[in-house]
Amino acid sequence: MAAKRLNLRKRYELLTRGMGWETTYQKMDDVFPYDTFEGIKITDWDKWEDPFRLTMDSYWKFQAEKEKKLYAIIDSFAQNNGQTNLSDASYLSAIKLFLTGVTPLEYGAHQGFAHLGRHFRGEGARVACQMQAIDELRHAQTQIHTISHYNKHFNGLHDPFYQFDRVWYLSVPKSFIEDAQSAGPFEFITSISFAFEYVLTNLLFVPFMSGAAYNGDMATTTFGFSAQSDESRHMTLGLEIIKFMLEQHEDNLPIIQGWIDKHFWRAYRLLALVSAMQDYMLTNSPMSWKEAWEVYFVENGGALFEDLGRYGLKMPKYHELATAESEHLSHQVWSVFCLLGNATGFHAFLPTEEKMDWLSEKYPDTFDKYYRPRFEYWAKQKAEGTFEYIKGLPQLCQVCQIPMIFTEVESDPMQLSFRDTKHNGDRYHFCSDGCKDIFENEPEKYTQAWLPVHQIFQGNCGGPTLEEVLEWYKFAPEDVSDYIGSQDHQRWQEWKGKDKDTPAKTEANG
Amino acid sequence: MSNKKNTAFIIVQDNEDARPIIEAIEQDNDGVIVQYQPGMVRMERAGSLIVKRETVEELIGREWDIQEMHLVLISIAGNVDEDDDKFELSWN
Ligand SMILES: [Fe+2]
Ligand SMILES: [Fe+2]
Ligand SMILES: [Zn+2]
Repeated sequence: MAAKRLNLRKRYELLTRGMGWETTYQKMDDVFPYDTFEGIKITDWDKWEDPFRLTMDSYWKFQAEKEKKLYAIIDSFAQNNGQTNLSDASYLSAIKLFLTGVTPLEYGAHQGFAHLGRHFRGEGARVACQMQAIDELRHAQTQIHTISHYNKHFNGLHDPFYQFDRVWYLSVPKSFIEDAQSAGPFEFITSISFAFEYVLTNLLFVPFMSGAAYNGDMATTTFGFSAQSDESRHMTLGLEIIKFMLEQHEDNLPIIQGWIDKHFWRAYRLLALVSAMQDYMLTNSPMSWKEAWEVYFVENGGALFEDLGRYGLKMPKYHELATAESEHLSHQVWSVFCLLGNATGFHAFLPTEEKMDWLSEKYPDTFDKYYRPRFEYWAKQKAEGTFEYIKGLPQLCQVCQIPMIFTEVESDPMQLSFRDTKHNGDRYHFCSDGCKDIFENEPEKYTQAWLPVHQIFQGNCGGPTLEEVLEWYKFAPEDVSDYIGSQDHQRWQEWKGKDKDTPAKTEANG
Repeated sequence: MSNKKNTAFIIVQDNEDARPIIEAIEQDNDGVIVQYQPGMVRMERAGSLIVKRETVEELIGREWDIQEMHLVLISIAGNVDEDDDKFELSWN
């Protein structure tokens, strides 16, 4: 008879306690040099506990199971030409933005957690970070494997990591993750595990993967949900680490509040790209950005911060503005992509009549009043052959690196929101008070930002013309510009047995 | 603005493996709201939500490790309390 299996608590305790030791050959502070300079005071690392109590053996068992399921589906997807079941090939613009903008974030998260898995003094926290480091690597790999099937048939999916380091709109996610990675370990985990994964990640994965299911993209649905199954563990780590830090010492509260304010705003600005994916790039959207914000931030975040109120923690600064912006965000972002569509590695396209009707229904107070007229105007120009892409380069926000496209939604939604400040004799520009505050708290960090537009003007991006810059991005002519008339569109029309000159298929929205 | 307050939720994949978990949640949580969305099922309830090992085992007729839930989980909201017999989410 085998010995009786230990219970979950006992097994977890054995895995994570007594595995570390007080070092004697070297000072503990030399072995763990990074976990004190941020000012976070930890008196007892043993108080840290992972509520999932996942041990390494179960971790490997369940992760192997997830991988087997995922790869079985990917194989059958490929064998059955799953790409032909999409609602429309224009949907793939969302996947292109995901692969180039989100997959490298997963890899950055992997690097960050591998660092924490070595450098936290408490072994319980180290084990949790090591598991997450492996998870995040798995996410990057499975996304690349899954989407590589689309790369056989469609343009714009050929070099995501190279592009992540160069392309103008990809500097938004890049600067976000590098901001966290270049901070100390406690700030990194507050940024990624709490502000991003706990507070906001549902807004990325849940509606987007449900959106993939809604648009016949079983491959993305499957990797998305497979990655998301790890996310519950990551979110829990985020919440636990916040509670742990707050319980360890009262001096930790103001530091943590400052990080939450900062990284909430950073992560929220990054999600502006997701709002456009959700409302415009998905052929059929299961829920609008505004609805998702209401459910996953207002409601869920409200419950979370009410719970954390017992520690004195408050809702992140400017959260009311983010909620007010939810009426405008996706429309403003997608407008810019339409106007700069000759410089995007995915195809931009104007919303169809059906899509605009859906948007009117979802945004009754703003879409018809502010945004429908501009899309109709551009559609008319395109029909008449007078439409022109913007020729100049936009001013970028020094912190979030998004072009200055946001407006004063609380006073005058048609007035652009501009902020600026002077530092060492130079003037810096911001899209919002949130980004300006972040700069003013750490100007030495953000004056060093690699802003794509500035870099083009300084001659660091292939040359002065659009063609040279696009070549430097490795954007081929067939990757950019309108969906209608593109190779992707032509291929799709051939598969579907349609005349390639007819307009894109417009599915009625469920 | 939403007036829902302390909603705990659990979202699982809409598949065969998740079905007994969904049924067990429906049995063990009075007033739980179950929403089917493309590819996923969202269950929410004010204050707390519980998954009991025993209920799932009765439904599937075999032993079930509570951590098997990780295979179908998509997202959760609430403080987690897990042991061999239950997985519970709650807001204080
Ligand atoms: Fe991930
Ligand atoms: Fe994660
Ligand atoms: Zn900004």
